[in-house]
Amino acid sequence: MNVFVVGLNHKIADVDVREKLAFNGPKLEEGLTRFKELPEVEEAIILSTCNRVELYANVRDTVRASESIKDFLSDFHNIKRESLDSGLYIYDGSNAVKHVFRVASSLDSMVVGEPQILGQLKAAFELALSKKTTGILLNKLMKKAISVAKRVRTETRIAENAVSISFAAVELAKKIFTDLSKKVFMLLGAGEMAELAAKHLISTGVKEVLVSNRTFERACELSKEFNGRPVKFEEFIQEMARTDIVICSTGAPTYILSKSQMQKVMRDRKQRQVFIIDISVPRNIDPGINDLDNVYLYNVDDLQGVVDANVFERQKEAEKAEKIIEEEIDTFLKWQSSLDSVPTIVALREKAEEIKREELEKLLHKIPGIGEKEKEAIEYMATALVNKLIHPPTSALKEASEDKDALVATIKRLYGINGEEK
Amino acid sequence: MGVILFELALTFYFAATIVSITELFKESKITSKIILSLAAMGFAVHTVNIIFRYVSAGHIPITNPHEATSFFSWCIVLIFFILQFRYKVSLLSSFIMPVVFVLMLSSSMLPREMRPLSPVLHSYWLGIHTVLAFLGNAAFALAFGIGTMYLVQEHYVKSKHLGGLFERLPSLQTLDEMNYRLITFGFPLLTLAIITGALWAESAWGSYWNWDPRETWSLVTWFIYAIILHARLIAGWRGKRAALLSIIGFLTIILAFFGIKLLQKGLHVFL
Repeated sequence: MNVFVVGLNHKIADVDVREKLAFNGPKLEEGLTRFKELPEVEEAIILSTCNRVELYANVRDTVRASESIKDFLSDFHNIKRESLDSGLYIYDGSNAVKHVFRVASSLDSMVVGEPQILGQLKAAFELALSKKTTGILLNKLMKKAISVAKRVRTETRIAENAVSISFAAVELAKKIFTDLSKKVFMLLGAGEMAELAAKHLISTGVKEVLVSNRTFERACELSKEFNGRPVKFEEFIQEMARTDIVICSTGAPTYILSKSQMQKVMRDRKQRQVFIIDISVPRNIDPGINDLDNVYLYNVDDLQGVVDANVFERQKEAEKAEKIIEEEIDTFLKWQSSLDSVPTIVALREKAEEIKREELEKLLHKIPGIGEKEKEAIEYMATALVNKLIHPPTSALKEASEDKDALVATIKRLYGINGEEK
Repeated sequence: MGVILFELALTFYFAATIVSITELFKESKITSKIILSLAAMGFAVHTVNIIFRYVSAGHIPITNPHEATSFFSWCIVLIFFILQFRYKVSLLSSFIMPVVFVLMLSSSMLPREMRPLSPVLHSYWLGIHTVLAFLGNAAFALAFGIGTMYLVQEHYVKSKHLGGLFERLPSLQTLDEMNYRLITFGFPLLTLAIITGALWAESAWGSYWNWDPRETWSLVTWFIYAIILHARLIAGWRGKRAALLSIIGFLTIILAFFGIKLLQKGLHVFL
């Protein structure tokens, strides 16, 4: 019984790799079902967002599970098996729990503190619940992860971070333009933070939404979501002549918009003001274009600087969040080890012995002047009763393999054994 | 009577200037109301003062430097109020009231005695020509204030250090468009002022154009604003460049206005 995580995120994989491994739309259900059917996997959840693809499992043998999950990924997505040997992170035990908690709390996000990831995690969990691919371990893990995320959000100021970045972007747009509802907005690329900022901006009301993406299908998908119009990636520069606000996050390794290209765009748009937010890391837009008249280019750091010049303060909040997570990992691991059969057997025996002792004491009090022989006989009978009664559950626990986790939980419930610290 | 009214108007404008400068440092809803009330009282008294002089002179009172500067200030305040009531530009008073006050102060130091108007100049052109010229230049004064606000706001946004006034200054686009609107309002007035001036010169001196310093300088000003409009329409010179040009344009007007008076004597002797 082991929490097991296989996955990749924006930190270790470029967007084209992430796209290949993504479980989009109907592929998610199919993938989840097949993932759960792997012989080494007892419980399964798949989390697939623009910035990460992660498979959570309850496995017995981590080495075999890791191989079998890689085989599954290569088979399902039709990619070379060798390419998966590097470029994935694999965690088990406390590291896996830590990773899941950090993801849920948005400490692992591209923009730390952005709130979308928790919703995405909840959705992944709900799908797993409806497909019945989870059991006692992952259910507990997910519930705990959600409560940890909430704790981090309420006890630290980390969540304010991302929200205020989107907020700052909108505030700036309002100080550049008179009326946003007359402005054309383009989302270039995708990503948690870019989409968050785009949503924020669109909800304040813009005239038109354009969505461009290196993969046109993705642009179409996103434009449906934002009620906009998809634009081919090759044509985005052309469209910039009529676009007033751009949020860019493409994951491209180089600049996709150079200064000379922007100069031409500005001529085409008769030098009308344009506000560009480059959220990409590495940056996608030549920082030099900020020198052009009427072009206002902000990257994530600039926005962050606007929101909060105090880096130290943010660092402290992140440390606080990590501390909360460490605490919660401890309680989770204690709960998990309590699920193990040996401690349960011990606890069951202890409980039975305790009952025996208490009842014997009560009885012997009631019969004054009882002889040593009689006393021994009564004690003997009590011991025999206890042993006979706890023998079947004990041997069931020892033998159980497939449904052990459930059995442990059931027995603990039936006998009122509390392994989990409240 | 006229003198007291002028001093009173000057005092009100002074008070409005002081309060509007403090507004730059501390935000409050009451201050902007106080500024507008003070400016309105100054404007009311100022209006009466001008009417008073009009009645006693028998023509529009802009025939000496004191009167001309005072009337110019009056036009600026008039357009300021129109702008304020139509668009509610926050902090505009902080950038305009000081200009008004400085002009009024210089007016107060210039010789005030009314001189009899030369009979040659006594014609209906006097009213038409001067009112057009002063309203046009007043619009440029407002464009100067708005342009300055633009530069301040643009500096914040461009340098990414959103300083104290960022929150309260209007958006760049608003300021830019207002600047443009003021210039498109002032430019035809200036054009008409030059044309009517030429007509008036013809009827007074028998020649349309005499290259006296004021004529030359109004032509220079006219060209500056013509360039601003032309560059904006053709090459899209807006934003910072337009703001800078409108500042340069107004400084030219001011330099010409006082410079000519100090250095030379031309046909526009009284101005």
